[in-house]
Amino acid sequence: MLITELKEKEAILSLADGKKVFIINCHGCREVYFPLEEAEALQKEMESAGHVTGSITTDYICNPENMKLRLEKNMAKIEAADAVLVFSCGVGVQTISEYLEDKPVYAACDTYPQPGFQGVTPLEYDCDQCGECYLNITGGICPITACSKSLVNGQCGGSKNGKCEVDSEMECGWERIYRRLAQIGRLDLLKCPTQVRNFATDQETAE
Amino acid sequence: MKITEAFERGEFVVTAEVGPPKGFHIEHMLEEAKTYLSGITAVNVTDNQSSVMRLGSLATCKALKDEGLTPIFQMTCRDRNRIALESDLLSAALFGIENLLLLTGDHTKLGDHPQAKPVFDLDSVSLIHAVKQLESGVDLGGNELVGEPPKFAKGAVVSPCSDSVDVQLAKMERKVAAGAEYFQTQAVYEPEKFIQFMEKAKQFGKPVQLGIVIPKSVGMCRYMNANVAGIHVPEEMIEELKADKEKTKAGITGVEIAARVIKECRPYCQGVHIMAMGWESKVPELLRQAGI
Repeated sequence: MLITELKEKEAILSLADGKKVFIINCHGCREVYFPLEEAEALQKEMESAGHVTGSITTDYICNPENMKLRLEKNMAKIEAADAVLVFSCGVGVQTISEYLEDKPVYAACDTYPQPGFQGVTPLEYDCDQCGECYLNITGGICPITACSKSLVNGQCGGSKNGKCEVDSEMECGWERIYRRLAQIGRLDLLKCPTQVRNFATDQETAE
Repeated sequence: MKITEAFERGEFVVTAEVGPPKGFHIEHMLEEAKTYLSGITAVNVTDNQSSVMRLGSLATCKALKDEGLTPIFQMTCRDRNRIALESDLLSAALFGIENLLLLTGDHTKLGDHPQAKPVFDLDSVSLIHAVKQLESGVDLGGNELVGEPPKFAKGAVVSPCSDSVDVQLAKMERKVAAGAEYFQTQAVYEPEKFIQFMEKAKQFGKPVQLGIVIPKSVGMCRYMNANVAGIHVPEEMIEELKADKEKTKAGITGVEIAARVIKECRPYCQGVHIMAMGWESKVPELLRQAGI
């Protein structure tokens, strides 16, 4: 899942600086969280300053066929603008940029990965889709996502009072793994051979 | 000389660490190391300690070796992937550096470049495995090395006073299985905890050096208690430091405390590793008081 956050207001306004803009909002999809209220508030402000030639609000702007039709309908307003300001994830901005090749297309948002699949999985059960699942030797707790260093051979020396050195709110993933293995009587799994990660599988898609 | 040879001879092995400066002028550091650390078995050189960018460990090890000291090259997995780590191991072999201390490393977020990408392609265990593999003449990619493979003394770390000591022992066992030959510990201020730890750790049959950080001030102890994993300075020791401010400032109290910890733990371990943190000049007096 992705999460989009508005860039700093000054950064967005400086993109539109004295120019006319056409605004495209992608109200996202199941995969992307969109900061609806903040975007609306900012756009109202820009409209009242007379900077906006028009706007589209839709879903799935990353679907080129669908988007092409919407852009064509609004082409007069787009052409009246000096630039197009897109409020969407990075995929949406690239789709618009590809289609409107003669027009400056700017991203109004930054895109971050949001651990967990939307609406289904909380952070502590996240899957990084690494392609070499460790869950069978770690008591069903993922060392890739539950450990801030994604260590696969056990705890580092950075845990204090059960918390991670990076985030005092985050429980040490390897302490969770150890407790779970003790609970199910499988501490022997900690004696498994040295694990060396294979990043060649990380970026692969299933065949 | 390999540090493992000193353990094999049954010596109580003394090492101390130096931290390279943030810059490349090391005359002062070398002078201090020569003056205060030349009598000990080996000198560790930290690797961008606490994720703070400094002069490199490998280059500093080479400089120490050129001055006649025996360096221990500390390597963490935070800043290099396996290609760079293996390459630096070969470079160390070229310089005649024979001792390694292999660590996972602090996270980048703890240091002075929190924006940096944390690597952790390998971790402490798989790095030990990588060294072992190189020693067999094959790299981690399965490719043969040209010529005689390197040979190192492979060290690792463990935290005996960690609040999750069983988890630490499990990790220690994996390090031994991967090929670790000796251990240096996180700083110890609680001898009874260390002794309990050693009762369990001795089953692995590897020499362990007690970690010592000379307590410099009350503030330092409070800071470590609040922020440094695996370290707890008991309240009585803090009171001792509070008692005479001048004596504490001069380092006398800190050295007394550290010497006491060494004496209490000495029968249970095979050496001591001193992390002087700028107080290298106090190392000879500490060793004298500890009876080493």
